[in-house]
Amino acid sequence: MDNRTLLYEGSEWDFNHLRRVHDAIEEIAIDEMGLNVYRNQIEVITSDQMLDAYASFGMPLMYSHWSFGKRYSREALLYRKGAQSLAYELVINSDPCVAYVIEENSMTMQTLVIAHACFGHNHFFKNNYLFRQWTHAERVLDDLAYAKRFIAECEERYGMQTVERTLDAAHALMSQGVSRYAPQRPVRPQDAVLKAESRKSHHEATYNDLWRTLPKAKEDAEKEDTAEQEFDAAALRLPEENLLRFLSLHAPKLKDWQREVLDIVRKTAQYFYPQQQTQLMNEGCATFIHYQIMNRLHQTGQVNEAAMLEFLHMHTAVVTQPDFDDKRFRGLNPYALGFAMMKDIHRICQSPEPEDEEWFPDIAGRGDFMSVLRDAWADFRDESFVLQFLSPHLIRKMRLFAVRDASDSPHLSVEAIHDESGYREIRHRLAQQYDLSKRDPEIEVTEADLKGNRRLVLTHRVRDGKTLSSTNCNRVLRHVANLWGYRVRLIEVDADTGHTLNNYDAVALP
Amino acid sequence: MQVIDRRQNPKSKSLGNRQRFLRRIKSQIRKTVKDAIENRSVSDLDSGEKVSVTANEIGEPTFGFDAAEGSRNYVIPGNHDYQRGDRIRKPSGGSGSGSGGSPDGDGEDAFVFMLSRDEFLNLFFEDLELPNLAKRKLKSVASEKWSRAGYANDGSPQRLNKYQTMRRSLARRIALKRPRLHELNRLEAEFEAAQTRADSDDGKHSDDGKHSEDGEHSEEAERLARLIEETRDRMRAVPFLDPVDLRYNRFEQTPKPATQAVMFCLMDASASMTESLKDLAKRFFILLHLFLNRHYRSVELVFIRHTYTAAEVDEETFFHGRETGGTVVSSALEEMLRIIRERYPVQDWNIYAAQASDGHNFDHDMPRTIALLQREILDLCQYYAYIEVGEEESSYVSALWSGYAQLESHPHFARACVLDPTEIYPVFHKLFASNRQAS
Repeated sequence: MDNRTLLYEGSEWDFNHLRRVHDAIEEIAIDEMGLNVYRNQIEVITSDQMLDAYASFGMPLMYSHWSFGKRYSREALLYRKGAQSLAYELVINSDPCVAYVIEENSMTMQTLVIAHACFGHNHFFKNNYLFRQWTHAERVLDDLAYAKRFIAECEERYGMQTVERTLDAAHALMSQGVSRYAPQRPVRPQDAVLKAESRKSHHEATYNDLWRTLPKAKEDAEKEDTAEQEFDAAALRLPEENLLRFLSLHAPKLKDWQREVLDIVRKTAQYFYPQQQTQLMNEGCATFIHYQIMNRLHQTGQVNEAAMLEFLHMHTAVVTQPDFDDKRFRGLNPYALGFAMMKDIHRICQSPEPEDEEWFPDIAGRGDFMSVLRDAWADFRDESFVLQFLSPHLIRKMRLFAVRDASDSPHLSVEAIHDESGYREIRHRLAQQYDLSKRDPEIEVTEADLKGNRRLVLTHRVRDGKTLSSTNCNRVLRHVANLWGYRVRLIEVDADTGHTLNNYDAVALP
Repeated sequence: MQVIDRRQNPKSKSLGNRQRFLRRIKSQIRKTVKDAIENRSVSDLDSGEKVSVTANEIGEPTFGFDAAEGSRNYVIPGNHDYQRGDRIRKPSGGSGSGSGGSPDGDGEDAFVFMLSRDEFLNLFFEDLELPNLAKRKLKSVASEKWSRAGYANDGSPQRLNKYQTMRRSLARRIALKRPRLHELNRLEAEFEAAQTRADSDDGKHSDDGKHSEDGEHSEEAERLARLIEETRDRMRAVPFLDPVDLRYNRFEQTPKPATQAVMFCLMDASASMTESLKDLAKRFFILLHLFLNRHYRSVELVFIRHTYTAAEVDEETFFHGRETGGTVVSSALEEMLRIIRERYPVQDWNIYAAQASDGHNFDHDMPRTIALLQREILDLCQYYAYIEVGEEESSYVSALWSGYAQLESHPHFARACVLDPTEIYPVFHKLFASNRQAS
């Protein structure tokens, strides 16, 4: 295996070289690292096309909407001004896995990109449980093509403005358009009957005449009323966290095509939800894999020192983590933290310290780090991954510390630092930071009157006193009201005390 | 693994999105365009324009937390010497901008982007249209042009369409099972071989007399000869190229509307027209020129300046030359008529005229001026615009303004008064607004 011929020299690339590099990397990735990937499709594009893809959620085909035009204008301006460089690659969770590479990349960059995207991200997409559960890689592109066609037809038939209004409203609810839990399976009628019978027989078996002597708790009529309401709520499956789905199913005034538009946006949102939940791991996984592969290519004499130096230069730039007081600090860099955690697992598996034995008895000293990593990549998301694998060693190395910022206090308080008493606290809080359900406001449909005044009630459960920003809330609520067709109210309820904090109302425009 | 080169794909896939975006922020762009005409020198009007957009107008609202409310926890890297329980005073600029681990990331700031030249001009001349276009198009059908119109069964040889012809020939040959040339060649080669074998057999025969084989070879040769003959017949019967295959490019004459325009710029060059008044007039001429350029493939410019006599001059002299003397407008109109007669036949040219003046004219010339306009010029022109430039508002009504009042009713005539550069665009807009014709 060692001392093979160089795959390429210099910085110019061509299609033959791409193919040779891909095959060489494939050998390492599949045979040595045991990765399991979709078939690859590498597409070479220009920087303009990359900007195009940027603008429309990073997808190769997308329906038309003004917001994509806006994003394009801004990205193009930033790029032209030099304020922002383009990504080297863009990869799509589909089967075959489509990776875009820019033509301006040097050969080393292309090699890095193939290792990173075509094997790193690709492996993650194919194996992580969230992607397997929630996305259909084999039909993503078909779905998008369908959406594009459908929206274009609607625009033709019902007018651009009308479609745009519906899409605007749907986009406003995008982050409330994902289902976070697997759907509840509906009860089969025969099961319901069985259940009722068994309950009845239980009542008969445990009948005691004494119960009759107890006074009745409620008036019958009132009871019936609430029972009916409960029935309604059950029929609508309330409370419902997925606002888009609820509206597309139950909004009384929507036309069929509008329901379909809502569904298209909802599916798009759902498609991206796993990516948002696993950004840290996904980038960490891809970065770790490209790092391993490049080093292996160098060891076996397939890339030369010049290429290796160029690679290291780029790699270091990607995994830089500026300190909190640095001008360049923009929060935790998912590449840096992800890569550091993967490297740390590598270290724990191969040369554990006594501390690691105590914290990670399962994996410390196991040697075969790839199988540990493969399992981690398959079965965790950012939140659980941090909770499981962030080690005291890494906390010390990155000097992580936890800060609390309460709006009613003039001070920030340091809650935990990298010491014995702080490790668990920091790990817990960092995991929370990656929990999307805590990051987005928790808004549910709690009441929908389909018979009387047709009012829709949403409830926001306020945690830690974090209320909604009122201007945005009013604007979104107007969108909701337009979709629902009648009055909509949003109630903010403190999750701990149950007090109502705010009320917002919106009526549909005629 | 598959590598696909997408670089040749059509560019600007997001053009549709951009148009939708521009439509969305139209009001803002209109304002920019208005500012542009007020602040920019008119000479560089022909380029793109920067538009700044505030986040408000193009915001995409989502449910989000109020940054000032509630408590947040951050885990951030790079601790130096903070201990547990330390309290840090918040920076006054806002809560926790130092720690800034806010996951919502950067907000949607206002941003600036460029409008291309075409987009800019589109918006600039939006809602404006050239009056009386339809009428002149009907009038000037005279010229015609040839355009392709499919294929015909006959025609002159130089119009033979080889591709279409060969397509039909190939289809017919396949349908009628015409033997291929290489099949014939193969048969001939086989025949040749069989022949030589038969001949050599002949030679051998005299020696040892093997009758059976000899017969076989010559039979084979005969069979092949027959086959070749049949094939030849068939090839003759089904020709390679048949008259029914022939297709010719067809051309049709289509009437071509006259798409060339000439624009006459008439200006009073007497001493009373100061530099600033000329500048006002120039702005108007430039707007009109840009506007005409968008409608016609080529627009020719004719500059006529006049005092008591008129002359055609070049642009430089027109705007910057100085002359003194009285003012006789009819001299310019006569010069214009002469040029039209000489160089711009009415059936081929769309004629526009814009006259700029401070309103002076010798009294004795007014009847002649009005008569020229009314009887001849207005009927030749698509549009005749008169703008009166002045320094400041006054109650004084100029000779031309009062004299032209009676022309107002003519559909090809319009007049307006401009006192300040900022008024140029509104006045222009008023003269060419698309609903003007309704009246």
